[in-house]
Amino acid sequence: MIESLGAHVAALYSAKPGSVHAPSIDYAALSPILIVLGAACLGIVVEAFSPRRARRAIQFVLAVAALLTAGAAVVWQAGANLTTASGAVAIDSAGLFFQGSIIVLGLLAVLLIAEQKLERGGAFAVQPAGPDRSVSSGTGGVGGTQGAGVAGGAGGMASSESVRVPTNTEVFPLTMFALAGMLLFVTANDLLVMFVALEVLSLPLYLLCGLARRRRLLSQEAAMKYFLLGAFASAFFLYGVALLYGYAGTVSLGGIAGAIAHGPSPTLGGHASQTLLLLGLSLLIVGLLFKAGAAPFHSWTPDVYQGAPTPITALMAACTKVAAFGAIARVLYICFDKAAQDWRPILITVAIVTMVTGAVLAITQTDIKRLLAYSSIANAGFILTGTVTLSAAGLSATMFYLVAYGFMTLGALGVVMTVRDAGGEANHISRWAGLARRSPAVAGVMTFFLLAFAGIPLTSGFTSKFAVFSAAFGAGRLELVIVGVIASMVLVFPYLRLVVLMYAAEPAADSATVQLPGGPTRLAIAVGALATLALGVAPGPLLQLASNAAHFVA
Amino acid sequence: MSSILDVLWLLIALPLGSAVVLLLAGRRADRWGHYLGCATVAASFVLGVLAFLALQARTDRSVEETLFRFLGVGSLKVDIGLLYDPLSAVFVLLITGVGLLIHVYSIGYMAHDSARRRFFAYLNLFVAAMLLLVLANNFVVVYIGWEGVGLASYLLIAFWYYKPAAASAAKKAFLMNRVGDVGLALAIFLMFANLGTTSYSGVFAGVGNLSSVTATTVGILLLLGACGKSGQFPLQAWLPDAMEGPTPVSALIHAATMVTAGVYLIVRASPIFNASPTAQLMVCIVGAVTLLIGCIIGCAKDDIKRVLAYSTMSQIGYMFLAAGLGGPAYALAILHLLTHGFFKAGLFLGAGSVMHGMKDQTDIRRFGGLARVMPATAITFGLGYLAIIGLPPLSGFFSKDPIIQHAFDRPGWSGWAFGGAALLGAGLTAFYMTRLMVLTFFGRRRWAAASGGQLPEPKESPWVMTAPMGALAVGSVAAGFLLSNADALSNWLAPVVGAPVESVAHKLEPLTVTWSVLGAVMLGVVIAAAMFARGTARSEPVTANPIVLAARRNLYADVINEAVFVRLGAWAMRVLVFVDSRGVDGTINGLAAVCGGTSARLRRLQTGFVRSYSLTMLVGVVAVILAFSLAVFR
Repeated sequence: MIESLGAHVAALYSAKPGSVHAPSIDYAALSPILIVLGAACLGIVVEAFSPRRARRAIQFVLAVAALLTAGAAVVWQAGANLTTASGAVAIDSAGLFFQGSIIVLGLLAVLLIAEQKLERGGAFAVQPAGPDRSVSSGTGGVGGTQGAGVAGGAGGMASSESVRVPTNTEVFPLTMFALAGMLLFVTANDLLVMFVALEVLSLPLYLLCGLARRRRLLSQEAAMKYFLLGAFASAFFLYGVALLYGYAGTVSLGGIAGAIAHGPSPTLGGHASQTLLLLGLSLLIVGLLFKAGAAPFHSWTPDVYQGAPTPITALMAACTKVAAFGAIARVLYICFDKAAQDWRPILITVAIVTMVTGAVLAITQTDIKRLLAYSSIANAGFILTGTVTLSAAGLSATMFYLVAYGFMTLGALGVVMTVRDAGGEANHISRWAGLARRSPAVAGVMTFFLLAFAGIPLTSGFTSKFAVFSAAFGAGRLELVIVGVIASMVLVFPYLRLVVLMYAAEPAADSATVQLPGGPTRLAIAVGALATLALGVAPGPLLQLASNAAHFVA
Repeated sequence: MSSILDVLWLLIALPLGSAVVLLLAGRRADRWGHYLGCATVAASFVLGVLAFLALQARTDRSVEETLFRFLGVGSLKVDIGLLYDPLSAVFVLLITGVGLLIHVYSIGYMAHDSARRRFFAYLNLFVAAMLLLVLANNFVVVYIGWEGVGLASYLLIAFWYYKPAAASAAKKAFLMNRVGDVGLALAIFLMFANLGTTSYSGVFAGVGNLSSVTATTVGILLLLGACGKSGQFPLQAWLPDAMEGPTPVSALIHAATMVTAGVYLIVRASPIFNASPTAQLMVCIVGAVTLLIGCIIGCAKDDIKRVLAYSTMSQIGYMFLAAGLGGPAYALAILHLLTHGFFKAGLFLGAGSVMHGMKDQTDIRRFGGLARVMPATAITFGLGYLAIIGLPPLSGFFSKDPIIQHAFDRPGWSGWAFGGAALLGAGLTAFYMTRLMVLTFFGRRRWAAASGGQLPEPKESPWVMTAPMGALAVGSVAAGFLLSNADALSNWLAPVVGAPVESVAHKLEPLTVTWSVLGAVMLGVVIAAAMFARGTARSEPVTANPIVLAARRNLYADVINEAVFVRLGAWAMRVLVFVDSRGVDGTINGLAAVCGGTSARLRRLQTGFVRSYSLTMLVGVVAVILAFSLAVFR
């Protein structure tokens, strides 16, 4: 696929129409992407030809093995600093750092996806549109009101039968496609490749969002919303690419940067119109900010995070965030750094609006997944704080933050999966009352994650916030630091309210109970917690790695 | 070449790892947990001995090892680093050696306690923290160890937390230690503010540049920290209450090791104190006052462990006095610390053995005649007793006598005052220790049933308890001579505290001092033996003697604490609560209401309709484009 893409790009760029020659491709440099993509394709073959009983095991092993191999390939490529496929893909230290983060976090998400013990047959529906008897929530996924009491559906029927519950195994290749798209997204050195990668990562996610076994309508509604709004955002992105092509006569990041610095190259054509540049840039940024979940392009986040199956929420919160910010950073640092005085005030405003929106709206949430969604919005603002500084410190702080936040949110959502009642996960926070009495260990772990979200020292939440705020301070962006610190303080309230609820409140008669999850989920939660602790106590090595890797190939 | 000195961190890591395993493994470790606890401390002890031998073979006698950078904020750089020099080496041997004996003893003592595993976990935690304290190479790491031993002490005093007395004793220890810790923390801040470093080498090298006021302030703040940890006046009231913890804890933490951390700190910071005669004088005063307080109260107490606790307080007073005298007396402070570590730990273990036999009773008025039924305990306890009163040639004589000698040698009135106090203390020590000994082991059997219980039938404790007592008794007998013979310890410590110099002129002839001390001791012994040979009343006799009344009430320390700290604190707290609820809370609640209201209103925008979401996005896009257009036209 990459090869054909390369050929396509080469055809686009070749000076003489007709004389198509294949560009040289550094397969080693592309190996992480190729391995994950290959595993995704292989997964489809497995889906078609393997016996039903063994299918899940094969898919799981395949996915884990592919991600481990891809991780090894990233390590193997460490230090690479090159562009390949006619300059369409840039394998550089920052790109490899993002790829590595996506692979590690993706691996944990796959562990959550593979969970079978909490729910017979897993968290995913087998029939994409099975009979659904869940209470219709109408069109209105009105904030947080629909969470409780929506139960049953195909999953409920299936689990009441004592026969073998069929398992959805297509999630594995879909996840791998999404991850492959993300890996390409953070190394795309060309706006068209970036768009293709964006679609490769988005389309499987739209599907995955609609696959929840419980609360089918909510899940399908989430998928539909995500798809429609995602398409809307993609259109902006593509329109932006077109305008930028009009400006520079090229879609390569380096070419556009050159055009901004020295005016559009005469050989490529293009119009040196400032309007085209800024219009294109703004639309492009809108498309990217949508994926990152920044305000005012965040509206999808709570509904989708709530409706999607929780492992997929974790995948989106951790990996998609890394991918989106990887691409944003590359575009801003490589392509538009010379136009910084034009876009920086706007992105600073976006960061402030995002932090405030996420923090303020988190206060009134009553659904744990929606709470985490608004928290992820606020965190997008914090990350943006580091990114817009356009300094090496800001970039490395962004990279560190993404990894730290990914581990935290994966672990927290893993815990969310285990707190259940007869209708599946008990996501309304009133159901968590007194959880510490019944399950002190789970409540303890969740408390640890919430404290990390709140940015308490000795957790990675503190070190990562410290990193981005000090980068912003170093770049003279005091306003970002002030708003950021206030937003963090406001956010402490909803986090600690949940902690208080778990410890101080009397458990109600119908309070949710904790089910012991299977090994993979436990492993994922443990890794998330340990990483959160380790990055809080000894952040040095990863900070060093991030600051060594904070470099894009021009 | 890698040697034992390159892996000093193992000394700390072994007991720490064991503590973590014991705490995390849960009930699964109940059967073997105490063996793991003992084994790791034994391993640390072996490592300590090897390191000691390796250090002896070196010429420079000081090894620094940086493990990792702990803090690096601006100009504040703190490395987790270890310093192994003669002073640390001595402490490592004391902590792991006595610690090992007490761990072994605890196997027997805690055999019937269902939480024995937790007990060993805390003991291991303590050993690790204490080793970190004495192995640190800068004051911040000392502080970490300082707080670590404080935590372990708190956990162990409150080990039987269901007893209200134990819980409140732990709280008291914790709070009073806090007062001292603030002093240590402020001292560290001052060092960093004035010298820009907290490492020993940096601070000691820069002491000369400090103004005398700063040096004195740092010294007095360090002294405050030392007083808190070591139970010295005016922060002494927690130490006797800490005896509510299990007896091995009293022996290890509240007699042999942790409470001597204050002495360690002052000796370690000797360059700072040398630079400030005022601070040294303060140390002497604290030591002298405390040693008298301890002796006086010790005479009036009837609880075997409390008497020993006040005795500990007073013996540490001797060490402070020696540390305050400075010069050659630093080594004497450490010498007395080591010999005291042996005989006081032995006395406490003996007390524990007695309590074991007497169904956990502690009132010496209800003991008597126990030498017949518990001969091993009586002999080991007796050797410790002879050592503490300073009878030659046992340990206490070699360490206490020179301290009194040096106290008299101090020039001016203060020499007479401190020397006299120390001499009086020696006599009082002999009195109350003889009283304890006689009432417990000799005379009539005054055994009585504890309330609601049966009459105790004491018998000798198992070998796992008596063996450590025997080992400590050997130390009580021989350690003093071995360590002071030919100035062995002084020469060994010379690189840290300066070489021993022969005092040019003694104010009093050494023999005169020795004979007066022995005379005072004999007087104390004879009076006590005469008074208590026939036993004593089973309950406290009524008296109008004001000194006895005051001593029975701990010289009103609790009343003073109540008046000064508790009332003042409560009053300050009421003021703060008022300001907080009216001023701070009002503001915060107002802000919170604004946030909550905004949140509730904004939340309505989240309708769930895709059309309104896309409208939001479109508004955003238009806003972004407008903003960019402004940039174009500007």
